[in-house]
Amino acid sequence: MSDYLDEPRLQKPLAKSGQPGVTIQREAAVEQASLIEISGLNKWYGQFHVLRDINLNVRKGEKIVICGPSGSGKSTLIRCINCLEEHQEGSIVVDGTRLTNDLKNIETIRREVGMVFQQFNLFPHLTILENCTLAPIWVRKQSRKAAEKLAMEYLERVRIPDQANKYPGQLSGGQQQRVAIARSLCMNPEVMLFDEPTSALDPEMIKEVLEVMVELAQEGMTMLCVTHEMGFARTVADRVIFMDEGQIIEQAPPEAFFSNPRSERTRRFLGQVLNH
Amino acid sequence: MISHDSNMIPAREPPATAVGVLAWGKNNLFANPLSALTTLLIAYGLYLLVPPLVQWAFIEATWFGTDSNACSSDGACWAFITARLDQFIYGFYPEEQQWRADLFFAQLVVLIAWLSFKATPGKKWVLGYSLVMMPVVSWFLLYGDLLGLEKVETHQWGGLMLTLLLALCGMIASLPFGVLLALGRRSNMPVIRSLCTGYIELWRGVPLITVLFMASVMLPLFVPEEVVFDKLLRALIGIILFQAAYMAEVVRGGLQAIPKGQFEAFNSLGLSYWQGMIMIILPQAMRLVIPGVVNTFIALFKDTSLVLVIGLFDLLAIIQAGLNDPAWLGNSIEGYLFAGLVFWVFCFGISKYSQRLEQQLHR
Repeated sequence: MSDYLDEPRLQKPLAKSGQPGVTIQREAAVEQASLIEISGLNKWYGQFHVLRDINLNVRKGEKIVICGPSGSGKSTLIRCINCLEEHQEGSIVVDGTRLTNDLKNIETIRREVGMVFQQFNLFPHLTILENCTLAPIWVRKQSRKAAEKLAMEYLERVRIPDQANKYPGQLSGGQQQRVAIARSLCMNPEVMLFDEPTSALDPEMIKEVLEVMVELAQEGMTMLCVTHEMGFARTVADRVIFMDEGQIIEQAPPEAFFSNPRSERTRRFLGQVLNH
Repeated sequence: MISHDSNMIPAREPPATAVGVLAWGKNNLFANPLSALTTLLIAYGLYLLVPPLVQWAFIEATWFGTDSNACSSDGACWAFITARLDQFIYGFYPEEQQWRADLFFAQLVVLIAWLSFKATPGKKWVLGYSLVMMPVVSWFLLYGDLLGLEKVETHQWGGLMLTLLLALCGMIASLPFGVLLALGRRSNMPVIRSLCTGYIELWRGVPLITVLFMASVMLPLFVPEEVVFDKLLRALIGIILFQAAYMAEVVRGGLQAIPKGQFEAFNSLGLSYWQGMIMIILPQAMRLVIPGVVNTFIALFKDTSLVLVIGLFDLLAIIQAGLNDPAWLGNSIEGYLFAGLVFWVFCFGISKYSQRLEQQLHR
């Protein structure tokens, strides 16, 4: 593993611990190599131009927070990365695999990209443990025993191992979202996408989810978060991206972004989010 | 702690009008004048109706006999049923071979009991056997011409045996076929989608009788003689293809009720389309559509009686045939009542089983 991190590692890394080898071709591991390369990305919903000329490179281990008013295309952008949304122009390369219409490529990328949704989207007919082991068993072809061991490890990390045999409906929203994070981590992804992970939660549950995310960030996971939690952005982000009307208006490290935003629109947005 | 000193009021019985039969009657039967009037009217109606019915069906009824003359004119002639019960159950299946039909019935009873009771082990395997092997085993058991079993042509099959065989095979085959059609109709691939939509709309648009006529009369006209297979099998396939279209629409309703997030969740975990469908979407969708599926099953069970139009003698057809017997003229009420009772018992059983299944699944 390359030493792509300057941050101190608090605990052993969450990701990439003793996972079976994955056979996808990777570009030469250059120091600071881009894990995700998006260039010239354009997307339309019918006549509506929702993403306009997006260029974005994400380095391994980088943490990016994307913010912007609703309808600015930020969720659409990260949903393009694992092909939950199709784009019409431009290219997306994830970990050396180029996103095309080829189903094989899409599945390869999805294996390497974990995603956490606003509505958790746990599988309600399966227990917490089964939610976490399903993909490792059927996609990674792990044995049930190994998958369960791994799942319990991650459930401990998100602090709900005692709920393993319950069903999602029996858990609170915050617990469900932590399970969703654990479920994604069980696939040992290279990068995690968060699509407004705390927007559907009660205030007192937001904290417990954010704590897990901060920990994950400190352990070096590459993360793209769409969120309105500016405190989270300040704490962990390497870069904050502001989007409006389908475009990237501004991107900067959090200190510069919050203290000295360059564009008028960013300033207006920050004024609205921070002053309440 | 409450101390029981003499100042405490001891618990008393509630007044007689507040609990028990009297209270129930007062609340439900005589709550107000209108309710009291309705109760009295219905009671009078029952008084007019029930005693004569009991008189006819049980007290004055003749239970055994060899022809209509044995029956009294005031009561039901159940002798018609008892004398012909063998035929109603086995059709024209040769008598010395009827143990094979008995074995078929026994197999059903064992399988259903096995799947109904909680404590029995290996439910997965039994279910697998029921859904895959049971129709094939039953067919060869009844048809024979194998392993030293004498061949019994399908035109000799009939009665309850035939009804159950048609209904069971129809249910077992139409469900998976319907699921595939439903998935196809929601597919992203235009060719598959329009093929499935076309199939469903075509088969739903024609009456079952037409399908059965096509299978029994038209097909042999257009297809070379060597290729034409057994008439019963053709009817069965017709029923399956027909019911699958209905099943598909029921299942599609369930699929539409699954939130989009579930599809996105299994996609984002890297599961393939079929893995996601089989392990995530269908288990949830099928739970939702149990009432609809059972509804279709019950309709199918009763629709099997339409095979009489192509000369197959299911339970209803063979009872009707018996009514034309000169020795048993004038027993149509008893015959149809019996047919109705048998159909009702099976359909009610299916309904009860499905209610239990729903309760178990909706913990």
